[in-house]
Amino acid sequence: MRRMSALSPAPPLSGPAQERARRARLRLTDLRASRTLTVLAWIGAAVIVITMGSVGFQVIRGASEAIGRFGPLFAFHAAWIPNLNKLGGLSYLYGSLVTSLVSLVFATILGVSIGIFLALLAPRPVANVIGPLVEMLAAIPTVVLGLIGIIVISPFSAHTLEPLFHGVLGWTGLFGAPAQNGASLFTASLVLTIMVLPIISALSRDIFRTVPQELRDGAEALGATRWEMIRGVVLPTTVSGITGACVLGFARAMGEAIAVTQVVGNASLIHANLFFPGTTLASAIANQFESPQNSLTESALYYLALILLIVGVLTSIVSRRIISRGAKLT
Amino acid sequence: MSTVTPDPEFSLRPSGNLARRLLISRAAQGGAVIAAALAVVILLILIGFTVVHGIGALSWSFLTGNLPAATGQAGGIGPALLGTAELALIAGIISVTLGILTALFLTEFASPRVAAPVAATLDVLAGLPTIVAGVFVYGIVVAHFGESGIAAAIALSMVMTPLVARATLESLRRVPATWRDAAAALGVSHWRTVLTVILPGAASGITTAAILAVARGAGETAPLLFTSALYGNNVQLNPLHALPNLPLEIYTLIETGYPVSVQMAWGAAFLLMMTILLVNIVARIGLRRGERKRGL
Repeated sequence: MRRMSALSPAPPLSGPAQERARRARLRLTDLRASRTLTVLAWIGAAVIVITMGSVGFQVIRGASEAIGRFGPLFAFHAAWIPNLNKLGGLSYLYGSLVTSLVSLVFATILGVSIGIFLALLAPRPVANVIGPLVEMLAAIPTVVLGLIGIIVISPFSAHTLEPLFHGVLGWTGLFGAPAQNGASLFTASLVLTIMVLPIISALSRDIFRTVPQELRDGAEALGATRWEMIRGVVLPTTVSGITGACVLGFARAMGEAIAVTQVVGNASLIHANLFFPGTTLASAIANQFESPQNSLTESALYYLALILLIVGVLTSIVSRRIISRGAKLT
Repeated sequence: MSTVTPDPEFSLRPSGNLARRLLISRAAQGGAVIAAALAVVILLILIGFTVVHGIGALSWSFLTGNLPAATGQAGGIGPALLGTAELALIAGIISVTLGILTALFLTEFASPRVAAPVAATLDVLAGLPTIVAGVFVYGIVVAHFGESGIAAAIALSMVMTPLVARATLESLRRVPATWRDAAAALGVSHWRTVLTVILPGAASGITTAAILAVARGAGETAPLLFTSALYGNNVQLNPLHALPNLPLEIYTLIETGYPVSVQMAWGAAFLLMMTILLVNIVARIGLRRGERKRGL
């Protein structure tokens, strides 16, 4: 604007007619500009909504053949034999659920502890360094994490962690005899833990910081130790927010395709033993979608994508509900 | 009545129940410190292994040479570097435009009744598994027109747009309401306030969001799996063809399992990871500076 007036001489403001014309012109510009901006913003929002809608439409349409053939019981059949048109999603769903839940357990324990450290224990300058470092874990490309997973984490898991867990928790049946090469559901869970951890620790740190100082001071003034203050005041007031963070972390773990595919072993088996290779919904799609054996298999892969999509939408709605309800309470 | 005389021998150290409670508290605090330390150690180990394995692969011919002509052969990653830069650029333009417009829509133009479902949709899109974005774009674009850089950029921007939109939303909300009121009091029209007061006020946050989203998109693999995987081994810059790219190149190099390929994968992983981490650090520091300067 300033440049315009510098270049062209200001219009003479003599007659009232010219003044009226100038105002009319300004009003017109205003009207046009405001309309353009409004329309652009509406288009932006519309693209988001339409995209999401067509994702649902596209995935359901792709899956329609498999839905017609297998119905909702698809999710409860374990066989996946494309040549015989016997297709079921259970082994994929099982692998996804198991790896996500195991990683969620690890990441919640670690992440909430880190959140407590960053929000309540560490001095601000320390927290301002450690916090971003933990969040940096989320910036590592998944394919790089998968590479490290294959070359570093798998052997470490097979030779160190798996015997350890087998020795201590072997009686549960979840931690059987260690596998040879480390390509297992357990290794996939470890890789997922690294991905989920920054989400849960960052969210829980932010949530813990919302607990009013007076509440915490009150507990300590009554003689509570630091831990009693955390357990008695901080955790109960933030439990809904932490749950929401866990739901988000779970969704992240369920949806991860690349790094999991690299370390999970890709065997459509169902074992209680976490040290056996397995597979997940997302890695089945990553492995097979490019060249499915027949159209029914392709449709069944769309069906797997549909399950993922449903899980994604549900977790998003649930976490939104939980977090907004928690916000109302505090 | 006996008078109370202070016992000089009385210990002020907690004992009994209190000692136990303090011990538990210390142990819990120690656990939290250990958890934080563990996360940092994991980060350092991840970076350390990538540096140790990857730095040896780096050379001028590795950076500029063509991709291996056949599996198991040596080669460079030049075309993949260019392709990833181009993909990140196209996807960045799409997602920054859409993200800012959507954020403006939510804060400036929509009534709460319209804004709520749009914000919810944005959340769902943010939680969309990246592989599903790849499957979707395969279905609507690749199935009809074949693989292309454009298709891959669309899939990437589905991952990046919610990131830009959310971060923009946050920085728009942090623009003080007094600025808006001041503009209104001066008789500035709404659109002019948005363009000259609110957006510039949120500029540092929006810039950071854009940079972080591009860094995230550059490292994504799953959206490219079915949209830009069938590329040749030399430089391809035409976005109507499949573009060679770093993430998929790393992925396929590892799959082959040849030592020379894995060595190349480490080199490429080193470059990709270091670039993304550095961009992240710089963007975050820049954001903090920018906000401090404006006293936010």
